[in-house]
Amino acid sequence: MNGRETLRTAVEAVQQHRLRSLLTMLGIVIGISSVILTVGLGQGAQDEVRDQIDSLGSNLLIVSPGSSTDSSGIRGGFGSASTLTLADAEAMADRAVAPDVAAVAPTTSTQAALEVGTTNWTTSLVGTTPAWLDVRSRELAAGRFFTAAELASGAEVVVLASDTAAELFTFGNPVGQQVTVNGTALTVIGVLAPSGSTSSTASEDDQALLPLSTAERVSGQTGSSLSTVYVEAASAASLSAAYQEVQALLLTLHDLGLSDADFTIATQDSLLEAANATNETMTVLLAGIAAISLLVGGIGVMNIMLVSVTERIREIGLRKALGATPSAIRRQFLAEASILGLSGGVLGALLGIAGAFVLPSFIDQRVTVSVPAIGAAVGVALALGLGFGVYPASRAAALTPIDALRSE
Amino acid sequence: MSAIIELTGVRKTYASGSLEVEALRGIDATIAEGEYVAIVGPSGSGKSTLMHILGCLDVPTSGSYRLAGHDVGALDEAALAAIRNAQIGFVFQQFNLLAGLPAWRNVELPLVYGGLSRTERRARAHLALERVGLADRADHRPGELSGGQQQRVAVARALVTEPAMILADEPTGNLDSTSTEDVLGLFRELHDSGRTIVLITHEHDVAEQADRVLTIRDGELSEGRWQRSVVGGSRL
Repeated sequence: MNGRETLRTAVEAVQQHRLRSLLTMLGIVIGISSVILTVGLGQGAQDEVRDQIDSLGSNLLIVSPGSSTDSSGIRGGFGSASTLTLADAEAMADRAVAPDVAAVAPTTSTQAALEVGTTNWTTSLVGTTPAWLDVRSRELAAGRFFTAAELASGAEVVVLASDTAAELFTFGNPVGQQVTVNGTALTVIGVLAPSGSTSSTASEDDQALLPLSTAERVSGQTGSSLSTVYVEAASAASLSAAYQEVQALLLTLHDLGLSDADFTIATQDSLLEAANATNETMTVLLAGIAAISLLVGGIGVMNIMLVSVTERIREIGLRKALGATPSAIRRQFLAEASILGLSGGVLGALLGIAGAFVLPSFIDQRVTVSVPAIGAAVGVALALGLGFGVYPASRAAALTPIDALRSE
Repeated sequence: MSAIIELTGVRKTYASGSLEVEALRGIDATIAEGEYVAIVGPSGSGKSTLMHILGCLDVPTSGSYRLAGHDVGALDEAALAAIRNAQIGFVFQQFNLLAGLPAWRNVELPLVYGGLSRTERRARAHLALERVGLADRADHRPGELSGGQQQRVAVARALVTEPAMILADEPTGNLDSTSTEDVLGLFRELHDSGRTIVLITHEHDVAEQADRVLTIRDGELSEGRWQRSVVGGSRL
């Protein structure tokens, strides 16, 4: 009995018991589809984080103030100290001190209510410099960004992010309109194009940008403490050089050793790594649970195959009487178990892919279908069928033809 | 004619708990090629055990069994399977057809294990069905055939490999009298065309059909009809 005949016989046996075969596969179907979905969810979350971090700009260093310790010894978190100043940012932009730094965008950030007529909207009021647009790789949908002259003079102008503009100005062009913040009227001179990040939590498309000097005046905070300084390196290759330069510069300016630095410098890679570490833990955990369900599915296959052997004991006896060798019988049942596993795997993969398309509209989470994961899942399903088929197949092969024929 | 079956001092002992049951107690028999032999015996006589050994479904505890020149006693399960496939055509009381397959696929089954190509199997299966007069039923499943027709399909399956012997175990046990005559007629035809047939039964009128009758009783084989002196005797 050659391979094709074995396969054909096995396929016929599976087809003859359609419902039972489907039920047998169910465990594997559920296991495989949940593996594909959990891996897809993890992958989706990582992709989302990567997009979000990519949308910050390119070749970017993100410098934040370090932690502060108040008089009672309570230590605040990162960013709680007001150790980063405009002077620091200006020093970083100095080509002579930091030759690998292309541009620097210092920012301050406060929450404030923007008012237009009877409408109001609370958002982040970000004070920055004209370099921000380039450093953050952003583009304008309308109007213009503020200039160095406007920064110097503290001009009362504001650039709105796309969502903010939509909230405040339902109709018409926002450019040229007035927005009131804390009693100061600002003229809208531009609107940012959407950032392209799909994350719903990103505030990239909900903020108002204004000259640093104007922001200090409007928010009434004249401490000159910065919340974040975005530093763009000249190229991807010079990113680590820029990192070293900015670090050395700040340590010198603040007169500190490396161990008690009062600032942190993050790269996009380090942010990505940190975010992925958490995601990966979750993915591994969920995939582990899914793998257990696969194992249960495999045991289900073994269970049904054992029933099948008992049920078809006469058929086995007949086949043996007609000249089937024990190994031919073993191969036939192994083929059957493999077909169950493989079909379960393929059905599970289809279900998983369908789920990956349907799920995002329910849970607002991206699900990335990974082709290698699907291939591996189907392979595992086949291996499960084969592995858990060994015992039932050996039982069938070991039956003596007399006992098998005699049984009613 | 040359002997196709040679049994010499065949014994079969089963261990039943601590008890040893001797099912066959030294059987000597020779069946020549082309013979039509019936083996009769009541239940418990060792008839089934003898059938299993003749059919290479089991091996003797001691003694030797030569089938078409092969010494069967020394073979392992895989080699026995090959012998069964090539040399023996089984016909069972229960027909033992696979319900899911059409008649011709049932008939070709031994050829599948014999390793023949698909086209050759199909051709030979149809020839065998023609031989038993069921050429027009080749695509019917067993459930769509009468009992007699099903047994004819089983006979076709036994014929298809051109075996040394057709071994029929109570082939008429599940058939009505018409079908019984039908199947026995078929055996007669096959015998007339030179087939070796061994028919195992407990029914005398069935055994009557054979040219030669062997009787098994208490694990011993003897020539002739034992019940002729007991029950059958009153009939004569």
